[in-house]
Amino acid sequence: MNESRLRELVPAVIGILRRRGADFAAAEDAVQEALIAALTAWEREPPRDPQGWLVAVAWRKFLDQVRAEDARHHREERFEHDPAPGSVSAADDSLELFFLCAHPSLTPASAIALTLRAVGGLTTCQIAAAYLVPEATMAQRISRAKRTLAGQRLDRPGDVATVLRVLYLIFNEDYSGDVDLAGEAIRLARQLRSVRAHPEVAGLLALMLLHHARRAARFTARGALVPLDAQDRTRWDPDLIEEGIGILQAALGQDRLGEFQAQAAIAALHADAASTTETDWPQILEWYDELVALTDSPIARLNRVVALGEVAGPRGGLTALTELEETLPRHAAVAAHLHEADGDAALAARRYAAAARTAASTAERDHLLRQAARLNSA
Amino acid sequence: MAKYLLLKHYRGAPTAVNDVPMDRWAPDEVDAHVAYMNDFADRLTRTGEYVDSQALSPEGLWVRFDGEGRPPVTDGPFAETKDLIAGWMIIDVNSHERAIELAGELSAAPGKDGAAIHEWLELRPFYGVTPPTTG
Repeated sequence: MNESRLRELVPAVIGILRRRGADFAAAEDAVQEALIAALTAWEREPPRDPQGWLVAVAWRKFLDQVRAEDARHHREERFEHDPAPGSVSAADDSLELFFLCAHPSLTPASAIALTLRAVGGLTTCQIAAAYLVPEATMAQRISRAKRTLAGQRLDRPGDVATVLRVLYLIFNEDYSGDVDLAGEAIRLARQLRSVRAHPEVAGLLALMLLHHARRAARFTARGALVPLDAQDRTRWDPDLIEEGIGILQAALGQDRLGEFQAQAAIAALHADAASTTETDWPQILEWYDELVALTDSPIARLNRVVALGEVAGPRGGLTALTELEETLPRHAAVAAHLHEADGDAALAARRYAAAARTAASTAERDHLLRQAARLNSA
Repeated sequence: MAKYLLLKHYRGAPTAVNDVPMDRWAPDEVDAHVAYMNDFADRLTRTGEYVDSQALSPEGLWVRFDGEGRPPVTDGPFAETKDLIAGWMIIDVNSHERAIELAGELSAAPGKDGAAIHEWLELRPFYGVTPPTTG
């Protein structure tokens, strides 16, 4: 059994412990310990019933934990017998865990860490490595999150939008540890979709698959950023694109449009084109209009300007750009791109250089500097 | 082994020999510079002398405690007058001489026309643990 199959069992096992009476924090700790034990024990001797094995070991760890605490007689009486898992379905358990871990009382950073551990089954060490922080720091962040949840009422229905936001944050992290966070977010989105048939869940999964399909073409071997128009489209993954488009079309068919479906539709139109010049920009612009109407997000408005520049020409784009705040991330980069298309190389070069100063990553900074250099040395 | 911090400055350091802003280079020169920096880090990883490196954004703030119960005061980075750190690399080397040698190599990264930039890098030793005086 590989590690990711093993991790898929985690939500169900936490759910069973919870139904037997363990609180979330204790159940989560116990399952985490059982998981670490499984990683070594199963290599020697794989169990016939992996979930049963995990439940048995985690329950024992939980009882050890309870016994170690004060007032143990009372607690031991309470948990003397192993009750049956009960009739609630594993799907409900998984969904409840998703909602718990994305609870609005948690900060995004805590929600991400807790989701990766309790739903994703990653170890604290793996999560810490992925976010480039010491393990002790990540362990504290997770216990703090669990303490926060302990004081919350958890009987109200969770908000699927919050869960989707957490998953999308995980997907967009570009740090590199030994855990592929984008792949992990896709795995969790698939899991969520299997327990919650909501068109936006499908929309987010489609969006992630369509983005992920372009991953190999997005950077050079040395880590330099390759913009969309220069990407080698033969390196895009056709299977992921096909799957993403299929999932998106089914979601759109349900006629409950949301921001992730709109973003996925834009990604699908890019994925479908043979080049940037053959891209269906008018349709992309229409989807950006939908997206702006749905979210009123300034980032969506900025991206819309790029599409508008392709449809109505660079002047049209530049006019629309004047209505947006200059402090927006990538505002200068969009301005540079439009000025270049408009034939003003000197102004475009200055804008690219300015954009490089506020770039979000070194790959982006180097790319923008190269653009400025290209225009300045022409 | 002793650790050293190599600091690269946006400004405030003495002027480099080949002092041309990066956006005035040819694209190939930018690529060559980035490749040199990556190769340097790769090579130090192989010799076991690399610890960490990070690039820092020029955007920053000054923050100061401003009395009990009062919020800290922040103001602009005053980029035009104050020195700004562009990034760092931490190395773990056998000797002070080796640290100077590596800093020199890093400063020789190629710039405009492929010539070495000769930029100044700040080299700061870490305080270490004082070894016991008796065995």
